[in-house]
Amino acid sequence: MDVGIVVFPGSNCDADTYHVVRDVLGHRAQYVWHEERTLDGLDAVILPGGFAHGDYLRAGAIAATSPVVRALRAYAAGGGVTLGICNGFQVLLEAGLLPGAMRPNACGEFRCECVHIRVERTDTPFTCALAAGEVLRLPIAHAEGNYYADPPTHRALLAGRQVAFRYCDASGATGPGANPNGSHDAIAGVASPTGAVVGLMPHPERASEGLLGGEDGRRIFDSLDRWVAARPPAAPAARAGLEVR
Amino acid sequence: MAVEQTARRSETRAEAGLFTAEVGEIRRRLGREPNRVELAMFGVMWSEHCAYKHSKAALRRLPVAGRGVLQGPGENAGAVSVGDGWAAVFKMESHNHPSAVAPFHGAATGVGGIIRDILAMGARPIALLDSLRFGPPDDARVAPIIHGVVSGISAYGNSIGVPTVGGETVFAPCYRTNPLVNVACLGLARSDRLATSRAAGPGNPVVYLGARTGRDGIHGASFASAELAGDPRDRSAVQMGDPFTGKLLIEASLEALATGAVIAIQDMGAAGLTCAASEMSARGGLGMEIDLSRVPRREDGMTAEEVLLSESQERMLLIVQAGREDEVLRIGRRWGLEAVVIGRVIVPPRLAIREGGTPVAALDPRSLVDAPVYAPAAEEPAYLAEVRRVDPATFPPAPPRAALLALLAAPNIADKRWVYRRYDHMVQTNTVVLPGADAAVLRLKEAFPRGLALSADGNGRYCYLDPQAGGMLAVIEAAQNLACVGATPAAVTDCLNFASPERPEVFWTFREAIEGIAQACEALALPVVGGNVSFYNEAEGAIFPTPVIAMLGVLADVRCHATPGWKKDNDLVVLLGGGIPRLDGSEYLATVHGITAGLLRRPDLAGAVRLIECAREAVAQRLVSSAHDCADGGIAVALAECCIAGGRGARIAFALGRGERTDRVLFGEGAGRIVVSLSPEGLPALRRLAQRLAVPVQVLGAVGGRRLVIGPDDGPPDPWIDLGVDDLAAAAQGRVPAPPSHGAPR
Repeated sequence: MDVGIVVFPGSNCDADTYHVVRDVLGHRAQYVWHEERTLDGLDAVILPGGFAHGDYLRAGAIAATSPVVRALRAYAAGGGVTLGICNGFQVLLEAGLLPGAMRPNACGEFRCECVHIRVERTDTPFTCALAAGEVLRLPIAHAEGNYYADPPTHRALLAGRQVAFRYCDASGATGPGANPNGSHDAIAGVASPTGAVVGLMPHPERASEGLLGGEDGRRIFDSLDRWVAARPPAAPAARAGLEVR
Repeated sequence: MAVEQTARRSETRAEAGLFTAEVGEIRRRLGREPNRVELAMFGVMWSEHCAYKHSKAALRRLPVAGRGVLQGPGENAGAVSVGDGWAAVFKMESHNHPSAVAPFHGAATGVGGIIRDILAMGARPIALLDSLRFGPPDDARVAPIIHGVVSGISAYGNSIGVPTVGGETVFAPCYRTNPLVNVACLGLARSDRLATSRAAGPGNPVVYLGARTGRDGIHGASFASAELAGDPRDRSAVQMGDPFTGKLLIEASLEALATGAVIAIQDMGAAGLTCAASEMSARGGLGMEIDLSRVPRREDGMTAEEVLLSESQERMLLIVQAGREDEVLRIGRRWGLEAVVIGRVIVPPRLAIREGGTPVAALDPRSLVDAPVYAPAAEEPAYLAEVRRVDPATFPPAPPRAALLALLAAPNIADKRWVYRRYDHMVQTNTVVLPGADAAVLRLKEAFPRGLALSADGNGRYCYLDPQAGGMLAVIEAAQNLACVGATPAAVTDCLNFASPERPEVFWTFREAIEGIAQACEALALPVVGGNVSFYNEAEGAIFPTPVIAMLGVLADVRCHATPGWKKDNDLVVLLGGGIPRLDGSEYLATVHGITAGLLRRPDLAGAVRLIECAREAVAQRLVSSAHDCADGGIAVALAECCIAGGRGARIAFALGRGERTDRVLFGEGAGRIVVSLSPEGLPALRRLAQRLAVPVQVLGAVGGRRLVIGPDDGPPDPWIDLGVDDLAAAAQGRVPAPPSHGAPR
């Protein structure tokens, strides 16, 4: 499997994601610089965490206008499989590739801690190895993860089964005590209508090795592996001009 | 070296923050009158902050050599070999004065500055640690400072992608108007690729890389070298941080270094371009020609002096191999940074600064770097006799249960989650032991299964009562913390925070603390590979002498580590080490009786070395399932913390001598003791190890249940302490200081 990991100048989880994809899971991984104009030939694209362009204004707002995000629109329109993690999720929202928006955390502060999320949809490339209702323990690290969807958007999300993950407690119950950032309807992750594009605030790449305290995040990457393996092989497309860091 | 003399308090500060005699010395060295710009350059370079003129002689007492030392003091940071061809680069620095005036930006730029020192060694920054001191958290004047400092560290560290993996947060009234913000950074580099700041190769271009130069931070080095007096103009001496540019600078610098075209590199930090150009030249025994008109500027109309002294953040100065400058400039521009050739290396040891065609300054870089060194007067402070006369035995013992709950709730002991949950402590995915344990543990992806551990420790209370014992105890505490996670202590960097060295009674405490640190480091065979001194922390009253020790440890196999929490019911609870605890200078005395007094005993260094080896070996060999150092609050607090972290209770019994006070047994400190837990079958192996190292072993009880029960081993059935683990956790929860009512100070 060939996975492209997008690098904005202020990405800071790009190397962590690369490490998991290549060294932990044994797939081919390559960095994709934000000025790239094509994503053809990749089995999946991951937008990693970080502060894409410093994010002094609205997280992901500048990144959403970058050449690679234009390429991502074409890639996703063709059914390309895409995962946005944390800042990557924020970029997908700003780019309109997923519905809704992020506000600053309700507590007004950055939060780095482990949370639980409940799997709400299992027919996506990033959840197909998981069971509905299953609870994962993953770290979060963000200041703007307070997901919001206005009532029509929220109704459409529910109707289209687009909520991928919800914050919950260890038993799987949602509630204010188990919502780390004040997200509307405890939404921690969202999928596109087809499920090919998924974004979530928690960091699966930080919970993919037992040595770091948990392997629940690995299940999300395992899902991708299963999904790609089950898919009919596409013609290998030449990838020209990839800038590798 | 330069003139030896004693600075006297009566001596007046003349121009540019210099002493009158220093201006005379400058005239003598130049053989002429310095012009205004030159005098300003001397002013910053001869500031205490840059020149260490009051501390340099005393610092020579510290051991700097040792096995594995690749770089000792004298470069941007120290470096030690950690095996497999890898070097750990680390350093700690203070940003106390800026954080007092502008807490958010002061702390943020403290993070940025130390990161660039690590970068200047050619290392990728992989972890941050911060050691913070504040006044009482419920003080209206203190709460905004706490909030600003923590927000500043959070904003900068999180964005730049370097995890803040540990540190300490301590409160005492003396830090009310003198907050201490000490930040340590750890980096990783190939041993054979360490960078230098030594200029070389006449004709090689001098390259400016990073953000533009603005009017911020001008005279920052000088302002940090005097007592704060509440002057609102001080704010302009504080720099503004831009973590995004800082992140770009990390990537661009490492990429530039990887080309092999970079001969030398240094951060433009304190004293800005002046310091970088003069230090790089002096280290190489060469000179530089610099044209200020080529320096990228943030605003028009800046004077030559402003450009030379600006401490604008996120800037590096590079010497690049002639003919390969375009490679480096291209990398800088690709990362969206300013990258310009501003001068070249020349043979004569001369810093020739011009602005276009106009000469601005012409100085020997060595004269800027070799500031006068003073031998300040030292005199034992009068207060010592008084505080040491206080005998804790004259205070009535507090009821143990209430005292334990009060200690757990004390700001110094309570859970610091409210601080570290605001820091990204996991980015780079190396953090194996998270904040809240004795020390942070990082795996090295590049050299698996090796790992590194870091701890920062200091106890101002101890140093106030006996700076020499306090210095020793800071080193021992850091080493014990490393041993508890299974790491072998490898090297030290320090941050020495004191009041004015021009006062003999302060300087005496400085010298004593260094003596204590030196003796403990010698006992542990630990080199001090770098450090920082911050004097003049005495706005509205002096701080406790506060040396902070940041210690690096190495784990041969990072999988063999331990954490404080109990792991399994029926595990035995065992105490390693057998010193006699004392209430003198303890947190118990401060919290329960409201006094910092007593007579500290000098620690048994040989015994400490054996205990540290024993605990480390026990963890590394997986003989124990948990390990935790007994520090503030004594063994009762340590046991409670093991219960809280493990979510399990324990039944503990102590042998109590005739006439012995329970408060001394439960809450006494300073004895060198480590609590471990292990399966009963493992006890013989632990005993054998301890016997070989002559470390006392005492079985205290067993893990189990949901309550912590502590009593005498032959005593009546009603124990001293019987508390639910949930009650302990609730007491220790830690209160977030009230945030300021309208916005954080930024």
